[in-house]
Amino acid sequence: MGGLESPDLASHDAAAHERAPHVPVFAGDVRKELDELLTRYPNKMAALLPTLWIVQRERGWVSEDSMAEVAEVLELTPAYVKGVVTFYTMYHQHPVTKYFIQVCTTSPCGICGAEDVVKALLRETRAGELGVPSPDGRYTVIEVECLGACGFATPIMINDEFIESVTPDKVPDILKGLA
Amino acid sequence: MAEAKMVNLTIEGRPVSVPEGTSILEAAKTAGILIPHYCYHPGLPVAGVCRMCLVEVEKAPKLAPSCATSVAEGQVVRVYTDRALKAREGVLEFLLINHPLDCPICDQSGECELQDYTFQEGRPDSRYRDPKRFNPVEDFGGDVLYVPNRCILCTRCVRFMDDVAHDTVLNVSERGDRALIGKFEGKDLTHPWAGNVVDLCPVGALLSKDFLNKSRAWELDRTASVCPSCTQGCNVMLEVREGTVTRIKPRPNEDVNKFFICDYGRLNYRWINRTDRAETPHVRTDGQLRSIDWDVAVHAAAALLRDTRAFVLASPFLSNETLHLLSQVMRRNSGAGAFRVATGAEAPLAGVEDLALRRDRAANVRGAELFGFERSERPLEKMRDGDVLVVADDDLDGITPEEIARASQLIVISTTVPDVAQDAAVLLPITNFAEEEGTFTNLRGRVQRFMQAKPAPGFARPSWLVLGDLLGALGAQDSFYLPADVFANIAKTHSAFSGLSYDKLGMRGLPVLNGQASTGTPDFAGIGAGSGGAR
Amino acid sequence: MGYPHPSHARETPILSQHFGEPEARTLHGWTGRGGYQALEKALSMAQADIVNIVKESGLRGRGGAGFPTGMKWSFMKPGDGKPHYLCCNADESEPGTFKDREIMRWTPHALIEGCAIAAWAMGAETTYIYIRGEFTEPLYWMERAIREAYDAGILGANAMGSGKRLDVHVHKGAGAYICGEETALMESLEGRRGNPRIKPPFPAVSGVFSQPTTINNVETLAAVPQILMKGAAWYKEMSLSNPKSTGTKLYSVCGNVQRPGTYEVVMGFPFGEFLHDVCGGAVGRKKLKAVIPGGASVPIQTMTEAEATLMDYEGFVAQGSMLGSGGVIVIDEDQSMVRVIARLARFFAHESCGQCTQCREGTAWTTKILERIRDGQGTMEDLDTLLDTADNMTGTTICVLSDSCAVPVISGIKKFRSEFEALIQGRRVHSVLTQVA
Repeated sequence: MGGLESPDLASHDAAAHERAPHVPVFAGDVRKELDELLTRYPNKMAALLPTLWIVQRERGWVSEDSMAEVAEVLELTPAYVKGVVTFYTMYHQHPVTKYFIQVCTTSPCGICGAEDVVKALLRETRAGELGVPSPDGRYTVIEVECLGACGFATPIMINDEFIESVTPDKVPDILKGLA
Repeated sequence: MAEAKMVNLTIEGRPVSVPEGTSILEAAKTAGILIPHYCYHPGLPVAGVCRMCLVEVEKAPKLAPSCATSVAEGQVVRVYTDRALKAREGVLEFLLINHPLDCPICDQSGECELQDYTFQEGRPDSRYRDPKRFNPVEDFGGDVLYVPNRCILCTRCVRFMDDVAHDTVLNVSERGDRALIGKFEGKDLTHPWAGNVVDLCPVGALLSKDFLNKSRAWELDRTASVCPSCTQGCNVMLEVREGTVTRIKPRPNEDVNKFFICDYGRLNYRWINRTDRAETPHVRTDGQLRSIDWDVAVHAAAALLRDTRAFVLASPFLSNETLHLLSQVMRRNSGAGAFRVATGAEAPLAGVEDLALRRDRAANVRGAELFGFERSERPLEKMRDGDVLVVADDDLDGITPEEIARASQLIVISTTVPDVAQDAAVLLPITNFAEEEGTFTNLRGRVQRFMQAKPAPGFARPSWLVLGDLLGALGAQDSFYLPADVFANIAKTHSAFSGLSYDKLGMRGLPVLNGQASTGTPDFAGIGAGSGGAR
Repeated sequence: MGYPHPSHARETPILSQHFGEPEARTLHGWTGRGGYQALEKALSMAQADIVNIVKESGLRGRGGAGFPTGMKWSFMKPGDGKPHYLCCNADESEPGTFKDREIMRWTPHALIEGCAIAAWAMGAETTYIYIRGEFTEPLYWMERAIREAYDAGILGANAMGSGKRLDVHVHKGAGAYICGEETALMESLEGRRGNPRIKPPFPAVSGVFSQPTTINNVETLAAVPQILMKGAAWYKEMSLSNPKSTGTKLYSVCGNVQRPGTYEVVMGFPFGEFLHDVCGGAVGRKKLKAVIPGGASVPIQTMTEAEATLMDYEGFVAQGSMLGSGGVIVIDEDQSMVRVIARLARFFAHESCGQCTQCREGTAWTTKILERIRDGQGTMEDLDTLLDTADNMTGTTICVLSDSCAVPVISGIKKFRSEFEALIQGRRVHSVLTQVA
């Protein structure tokens, strides 16, 4: 299963990223991985979602430069790729903090106290506000829609790690486990 | 091609018979019923997303989107049932909850389908009490401005760029009520046909920067015309405000330009409004060009042409009618004629067969050839020393006084006065294509009419009238009171035009058929060659 | 096993019998439990015979719509010269539903086997399992199991030595509820925005990559090997109610209930006993107030309705709701129905693809009004507007997300109107949860 840590992001400044020359994602082994991926589909466009996942795995987010690169390797246009990227909520269009914490607050979890979990996370990470990085730049907490684990309220995701049955009192230990 | 099977159905009680596969929306048009719609456009693939065109189809449990529902034999369609009306009223209300209602400052006002259908079928009030969505105006590049707050997400623009222009520079970004039309940073709407998205937009979300705040839609007089900017012959509307062409819009023609025109043609209209025009006839007396009345001027020109060979330098922007009469002047004097044409890069609209901004940037290159003018980069090369040179609206740009001096006399029949025309013996001011009526022949040999859209400047007269009078002064028997008379004369003397008339051409034109050249007329064989048939 | 709890005696664990057994996740463990015998059998059978057995079993789609599976399969015509595709809908995103997640993370090979059998029956060489991106654990186990199956020659160019090609690929979603709608799923699979398509054409005629396609839910496909091994008659007999609803059904139970989890009962099981006995009823001494029995898209039931329900496709309809995806959301007396419904509306507004007007604008507007009422800023007119808007959102769009948003609003106002009125008029009938952060 995916590790807890997303690739280290030296700079969280999107603008700085954009200014730097784009280092292609699809070179060497990653290019080979893409070529293997393309064999699974009858056309290149169909590989768009998995290709974007590779970008996010490699870079932690999907920059405009990466979108342009994906467009080129899959013979699409950058505008098309951007239209798709912005449709799906899981592709980060900006660099994210080391720990990106998503809390399900849809009704089934909502009636089981998800809001208290959110509050505990905002308090313990010192982020204070949803979608705002914590002062130490390590955590971002966001609310998300149904994570499909309603019987294990409240599920949260920290990067790729899925944690079930989170209650406010478990939050400090969970965060400690990250350090 | 086999005849399509016909399907019979009833729409609002009216029997309709349409080819199999026709949508209910298109079928209703044949019965004179315009079902309200936004995302549907006959020139684009069906999206079926605005849900405005919902109608009731008997025996169907749900309302049907008429743009995306094919007709069926025996189908009974009701457009104005309570249920259908409520659904459409609902769509209008949904579209308006986040709409700024800034009609007083919106360029689309007066030609806005959101206004039109709201007046027809919308609620008088809104039940919306919450803040409206706001997104900033964005410059999409090219001639296009995007005002997202007015956007109803019909996606016509996206589909045009994607499926017609084959240049996916627009997208729908985000989703749900956050969705908006987007583009990629640095990739602008610079496609040579991109301006069509402004026409396609049913509301004021995509605006022409060129037209921005210039005029209210209801102040414009619209006249059917043909785009003069290349040999494609796109059908257009000249939209005129107080005598000034303010914008050019495409006029649908299935056989020529579908629903579209290119940006070059669209924006190349300022020359039509030139104010430095030739406005009065002039004749040289005592070494000086002096203004004088038309009769004297025409007869002065005729006198020069009576016994001398004429060489005509014609503009390929002139109508068939004028070129025909010029060719008669040529023939009468055993003369010759030439024309030249500016060129540029061809820019096809990928998704439409045989539609492009053509290399030749003038409307009637084909007509000039048909009427016996020779295309040449050095158009005066074949002029003989001592010829009378008739310059018919060529601007003489780049032509030296020395070249002109080889002629014995210079007659200028023109919309403007070129510098070298100061040496002219006679100057006859004519109107440009927007100020007169006539026809152009496009590169596929299709003859199409254009109408007068604006008044003539000063004493300038329609070119066909001036040439007709000149021929009369030279002793020709035919008199022309209307451009239609000139065209009738063409039909009589040129077998390719045989049987055609303005009435038959209608406002969409007809291809000139392949005809055998008859004696005494220029060789018309081969008209339409390479056009692949109908056009 | 009613994971995460031991199986209740009144359950009929068939799909869920190995939930919670780590070894069942591996190929070795799975073959040790009789796995892949059904596929071996299927590969030796005529395709039409497999379809007929599924038809006779009465198996119906477990994703929500309940369309007869065998009939769906029969729309596919093997040998028509076109590539056929099977898509497994594992985009489980309906609030309240998490049964497919359990199938994939505990018995991934059951799903692969079901996919392979169905693919063979319909002449589909390629199967895509579309798994929502948030399901990192199911994704891991499914991908691992697929690799095992390929390595063992169960999948690939010569599946189980049959000479037939069967490929199964996982396609990972990226955060869009709407991709659980079958045509949106196909769009997403093709690398597009997840916008549902207008039907017709139906997927069996022109589906993914414009080729004949069948889309089946995880639970549906996982039931296929069982049916093939034990016979249509065995499956059909598992019904306490009526012959239109057969077999067992997995229910995801969540909310204010003693033992949330996944339970498997036969069709027609009494819902009252299910809630109070199998799931342990309310937490503490609280009273239950309402149930949303089939995921967020189905009408809310009062307890009176719920307790009178027989759990099958028809039984839920008879009591004012639908079986849907089998996601049972239990709501107790402490909850504000307005808050529950407003939060559901926000969910639908967030997940609307935005292409149809009514849905794009209606879901967001509905949310704004409900949240205003929730915050004590509503008016009585708002209730009329909500109901009328919900009516305009019903049956008018390409897919049913718009309808789904209207469903809890209409049923909620109809059945719990006093709670709305109390908030509007400044009275509170129930304790209100803490304010949103």
